[in-house]
Amino acid sequence: MPTFYGTEFASRLMLGTAQYPSPAILADAFRRSGAGIATVSVRREADGGEAGQQFWSLIEGLGVALLPNTAGCHSVREAVTTAQMARELFGTPWIKLEVIGHADTLQPDPFGLVEAARILTEDGFQVFPYCTEDLVLCDRLLNAGCEVLMPWGAPIGTGLGLNNIYGLRSLRAHFAEVPLVIDAGLGLPSQAAHAMELGFDAVLLNTAVAKAGDPAAMAEAFAGAVSAGALAHQADPMPPRDMAAPSTPVLGKAFLE
Amino acid sequence: MNVVVRGSGVAGLCVAAELASRGHTVTVSDPNGGPGAHGCSWWAGGMLAPDCEGFAAEEPVIRLGRTAGAWWEAQGAEVSRRGTLVVALGRDRRELDIFARRTANHRWLDRDGVALAEPQLSGCFDRALMMTDEAHLNPRATLIALQGRLADAGVRFTTEPVDGERIVDCTGFAARAALPDLRGVKGEMVVLRAPGVSLTRPVRLLHPRFPLYIVPRGDGVYMLGATQIESGERSRATVRSVMELLSAAYALDPAFGEAELLEIGVDARPTFPDNLPRLIDVGGTLYVNGLFRHGFLLAPAMAQMTAQVIEKQETPELWHEYHA
Repeated sequence: MPTFYGTEFASRLMLGTAQYPSPAILADAFRRSGAGIATVSVRREADGGEAGQQFWSLIEGLGVALLPNTAGCHSVREAVTTAQMARELFGTPWIKLEVIGHADTLQPDPFGLVEAARILTEDGFQVFPYCTEDLVLCDRLLNAGCEVLMPWGAPIGTGLGLNNIYGLRSLRAHFAEVPLVIDAGLGLPSQAAHAMELGFDAVLLNTAVAKAGDPAAMAEAFAGAVSAGALAHQADPMPPRDMAAPSTPVLGKAFLE
Repeated sequence: MNVVVRGSGVAGLCVAAELASRGHTVTVSDPNGGPGAHGCSWWAGGMLAPDCEGFAAEEPVIRLGRTAGAWWEAQGAEVSRRGTLVVALGRDRRELDIFARRTANHRWLDRDGVALAEPQLSGCFDRALMMTDEAHLNPRATLIALQGRLADAGVRFTTEPVDGERIVDCTGFAARAALPDLRGVKGEMVVLRAPGVSLTRPVRLLHPRFPLYIVPRGDGVYMLGATQIESGERSRATVRSVMELLSAAYALDPAFGEAELLEIGVDARPTFPDNLPRLIDVGGTLYVNGLFRHGFLLAPAMAQMTAQVIEKQETPELWHEYHA
């Protein structure tokens, strides 16, 4: 099972906590997904100090580990300040680091991300960087002190799934020992299963669950898909091949001409 | 029965009206004397839109909200029954399909249909949804008129705390000390005067990040709403929120660019974890609370349930008990 910064989790599913129809439905989605980690956005709510406390108490009541994020931050300074605020609020060194480089697509700013990651790890944070699947960027993030990588499957909220299978395979192959989590872009359980089959350690979902007609049912569907994909990966899938391979010998035809 | 209603927001006045109409002696006690900027319903949109709200809200909101229009009309309120127009900009078109799939009582309009319904938006949208059964009212005018009507009918308004045979607390977010799972959901809104805009019904702009509704208030005045932030903060509209509201309005119709900013409002909506309202008995006081973003839509139904509790000792739907 996945281990992040020394803590092992029983689930390969992380859920975001934004955009649900109500906190009651959010809680239901967590129950049915079995997710072990909840991401929380501190940015919009935090400025008022205690103002968002009731919502956070609800999230804390879910009984899962909290991973605060810097969602909505567009600069290194904003992200670092938000991370410090999150550490105070939630008493955890964990931070899911988002530095947005493009307001429209919410694509990560790779340059700002590495800089912010370095500042935060030096300050004692355990950073979960939201990044693209770029191999060199991921390498730099590891050099900056990150021990987990969270590459996107596709841009946030698109539901397009895994856009660059080659790039994701390549990441998995190059960083065999690093926990890799698919953040962002998943819309369907089949896409999450695919990520698991590629050997990723976990997936993080928000919109796909929160914006489904029945978020709790969708959460359960994702949980099933993630288990299936992870089990399939452990079972060492057969490699695809171009020619059909009959599973029973065809009499009189030992070989194809 | 001699009933004291605490709070003169939409919940308090609806409860007072319902009880008074059934022959009870009602006193409304509010330190501010009557409806006003201190209460969350002052900042409401005033949409009676159960079908639109049903997109994100649970079933009771749709069902209980259906009768709100008739209830308000019976109180003499001016209810505009022109439906709601739901639109989405170019690349968010699929939001419209999802919205149509998950809501009821609507019909599709094509380009000509949109132009016919709201000439202001002619040529802006290839298609839109008309939520045919929806209505809206002017929340402030409605509250003030209702207060006047109640006073005429013998309901006493006082700024002093008073005692009665039965206390109904409708103080919203101010009651949170007694209701531990009540939380605030901050909302920010903007009021504009846009003489260049002539919308005749509420318009909702679907957007994955910045949804917007625009409610015409007459005389070229429009209310834009509303953000929804998990926070109990009752002041401090942020630049970001106001910018989002204004940009969405501008994207809907550039004529909003010339509008005059009349007001920026903010308050926290009293809300329970399931975002549904509740009737709760705490030590003999009956609390009507948690109307969230559905004050004008659900207060009439909550008022009727309150009367049911008081007159027949029944425990209606949405009845909750707190056990210490």
